[in-house]
Amino acid sequence: MRPSVFIRLLVNGEEHALAVAAQRTLLEALRYDLGLTGSKQGCDKGDCGACTVLARDRAAEGRGDPILSCITLAQDAQDLAITTIEGLAGPQGLDPVQRAFADCGALQCGFCQPGMMISARALLDHNPKPTLPQIQEALSGNLCRCTGYTKIYEAVQVAAGLRAPAQRAPVQSERAAPSDSKAQVVKEIVP
Amino acid sequence: MSIGARFPKQDGVAKADGSGIYADDIALPRMLHAKILRSPHAHARIRGIDLSAAEALPGVVATLVGAELPLKYGVIPWTQDETALAVEKVRHVGDAVACIAAVDERTADEALGLVKVDYEVLPAVFTPEDALEHPEIKVNERAKVGNITKHVHLQFGEVDEAVAGAAAVVRETYRYAGSTHVPIEPHCAVARIDADGNLTVWSSTQIPHYVHRELSRVLGIPQSKVRVIQPLLGGAFGGKSDPFALEFCVAKLAMKTGRPVKILYTREEVFYAHRGRHPMKMDVTLALDAGGRIAAVDNKILIDGGAYASFGLVTAYYAGQLLTGPYRFETYRFDSYRMYTNKPPCGPKRGHGSVQPRFAFEVALDEAAEKLGLDPVEVRRRNFIGEFVETVNGQKITSNGFLKCLELVEKASGWKERHGKLGPGRGLGVAGSMYISGTAYPVYPNEMPQSGVLVKLDRSGRVAIFSGASDIGQGVNTLLCQIAAEELHCDPYDVTVVAADTDLTPVDLGAYSSRVTFMVGIAAREACQKLAEKLRAAGGATFAEACQRAEAAEGAPLAAVGGYRTQKLGGDYRGGTIGASPAYSFTAHVAEVSVDEETGIWKVERIWAAHDCGKALNPTLVEGQIEGSVYMGAAEAQMEEMVYDEKGLLFGPSLLDYRIPTSLDTPDLDSYIVESNDPGGPYGAKEAGEGPLHPAIPAIANAIHDACGIRIRELPFYPQRVLKLLRERDARREERAAS
Repeated sequence: MRPSVFIRLLVNGEEHALAVAAQRTLLEALRYDLGLTGSKQGCDKGDCGACTVLARDRAAEGRGDPILSCITLAQDAQDLAITTIEGLAGPQGLDPVQRAFADCGALQCGFCQPGMMISARALLDHNPKPTLPQIQEALSGNLCRCTGYTKIYEAVQVAAGLRAPAQRAPVQSERAAPSDSKAQVVKEIVP
Repeated sequence: MSIGARFPKQDGVAKADGSGIYADDIALPRMLHAKILRSPHAHARIRGIDLSAAEALPGVVATLVGAELPLKYGVIPWTQDETALAVEKVRHVGDAVACIAAVDERTADEALGLVKVDYEVLPAVFTPEDALEHPEIKVNERAKVGNITKHVHLQFGEVDEAVAGAAAVVRETYRYAGSTHVPIEPHCAVARIDADGNLTVWSSTQIPHYVHRELSRVLGIPQSKVRVIQPLLGGAFGGKSDPFALEFCVAKLAMKTGRPVKILYTREEVFYAHRGRHPMKMDVTLALDAGGRIAAVDNKILIDGGAYASFGLVTAYYAGQLLTGPYRFETYRFDSYRMYTNKPPCGPKRGHGSVQPRFAFEVALDEAAEKLGLDPVEVRRRNFIGEFVETVNGQKITSNGFLKCLELVEKASGWKERHGKLGPGRGLGVAGSMYISGTAYPVYPNEMPQSGVLVKLDRSGRVAIFSGASDIGQGVNTLLCQIAAEELHCDPYDVTVVAADTDLTPVDLGAYSSRVTFMVGIAAREACQKLAEKLRAAGGATFAEACQRAEAAEGAPLAAVGGYRTQKLGGDYRGGTIGASPAYSFTAHVAEVSVDEETGIWKVERIWAAHDCGKALNPTLVEGQIEGSVYMGAAEAQMEEMVYDEKGLLFGPSLLDYRIPTSLDTPDLDSYIVESNDPGGPYGAKEAGEGPLHPAIPAIANAIHDACGIRIRELPFYPQRVLKLLRERDARREERAAS
């Protein structure tokens, strides 16, 4: 019905051959054709970063750099080796970034996190001991609405071995009387 | 001890490795994709809809128009005023008009372009002032008078007398721009109907129970034939607490075609679905006596509601009812109008209804304290309402750790040494607030529990918890595991949580009003305690053995239920139950800002936030709620606004144009947990998810004043607004110097 192109994609080390509509984005191909639903669509126009995956030339070394799969055509990704969130964990289990995000409370709703963790992985691949401003810069293309980013920084630092997870203890408050003497007239509520 | 532990999230691994299933990750055999046609007009009568060309497009399977689903719905039973698709009229740009299901999303999209709608464009109103002035332009027929969704007028004590006798009076107008939630996950729903006529809808909702009720009513099928399941949810913040057009459309199209149907909103549609923070204009009179004690508060509030009621009836009350702590005052009046306008509907956003008046009040309090030469922290301490007291409007405050919150942020920020002394362009500001832990008033009146939990023990030692509550990222499923571990002494990793599935789980009213931890916590603890008693009586060397012996003694499988039963609370007057909560949380913030006086560009450097959550069942999750709330408040102060053009078209409904803060825009956040151990809450817990947002905005405004002596009374605090105020300040200074 629609003009299709036959393409090959190398994702998480696996080669896939598929026919897609010419305008199919890499994100759609990953999510809807290959069942790799870990990469998320938050805006479909390159603003939010939830669709971030790692890409490198097939011939190159390493995992490569973060790209936005929602504004990359699937047919243009054929020369790339793609790593998605599903490809981050190895046979030993979760990647240290994934483990730290889960342990530090960096995940709330979790929707932006695959893209966030991919960006964090790319940062640590290139710069294993980043400073806080470098972490903030590297994650500035990934929008998070839940966390205020604080625990995300912490998770990246924990993954990099720069610190332990936060442990500030809650503070107890004493039973407090009203400081306004007039308020004494109000009736006591029996708990 | 599991309660109070930093237990990692129960769903953390599924979210970390990409395997967790959100609504758009669901794909079913033969599934169709549907798209909704939306109105280009702010107000128009629909004379006709011609679907013939769209229906002829290859790949189109079914179409749907409003006349097929004419029943009105809405969460609040008294203000049901929405239909899934427009029936006779569209009331805002982006209002849903027709829906088309096709073999794929692109075909459905293409078919939308072939629909011909004959509109008769009507005059429209875009501001609440215009809506008041032009009752003849009827936005929504549900309004009994003009365009008023709800008018609330409540007075406690002799306000005018108290103001007349006061030592310092502030009379100012404050304006709060509307903002929206922006969950990173767009709304999505999938429906399937089986051969017996049972309907299942998976939806990215935070209120499965109300979606369940409304689907049944609007579709005309019994509730027992409808099942609503909430998969993992990618953020909500109140933006997924109404039933939306997509849920009705996928359900009806699945019934029409016999095939599964999915709708995924585009980001643009999420902006038009809205239900965000109401714009408010607040005329505040705040009077202090010579001792700096609050003598009277008088607020007149005009609320821009948009085209539908949503939770607007509650908004009109919350705007006044939630202001009566953490400070004591004995004379209080508020008068609020929630108006219909031809814009996307506003609704509940984190801190529903009370963030705007809290901003106005906390800035006015600073202004009044300044008149008396009082320190802003001191004036707040002096007016502290206390613990186990009743507010002027009849709300019962139990535990109250506000003073400790204030003390913590005062110390952490170096307030005493630094406030007023940081030099030009840098300043500190303080603010406080309180918020509800759920509401004593269920949305539809009934005597059934607001929350129910079923716990079942397997002889293997596996614990299964069935809970209707919605984990929207805040972590209630994790709390359920912790409560089970606390009471049963099982391994928290041996707990399965089955949640938010109306066929399988007991009813919970949903994730709104900060009710979940409090109410579900009580229900879960009750169920677990019943089982723990049986396990103790049975005994055993291991947890599994205890389960086996208890089951043998019982002669039946082991299970128990618990519930949260609604308390009768609130003042004895009309509306007195709205805002009445079993417990209130308290928060204090200090913000530090820097302002460039040449350009008006300013920055929040740091916010210290201390929040009294009663008891932190999981401090990591509580800190996450505090930090996320403070971030969201600071964002509203800095940059967020729903901006419309003169025809009601949203300016830039995208994440590039409606800006939300990136990591580079977010200040350093320093969170402190205060535990006041509430006697009514589960293990002493109160809410943490919404309260901590409130003080961020006024604390920032007050810090800007400390930095450069200007009072900013309108959100967002755009640099151009700051610059204009700086120039006015300079003109005043020159005038004084000349004279």
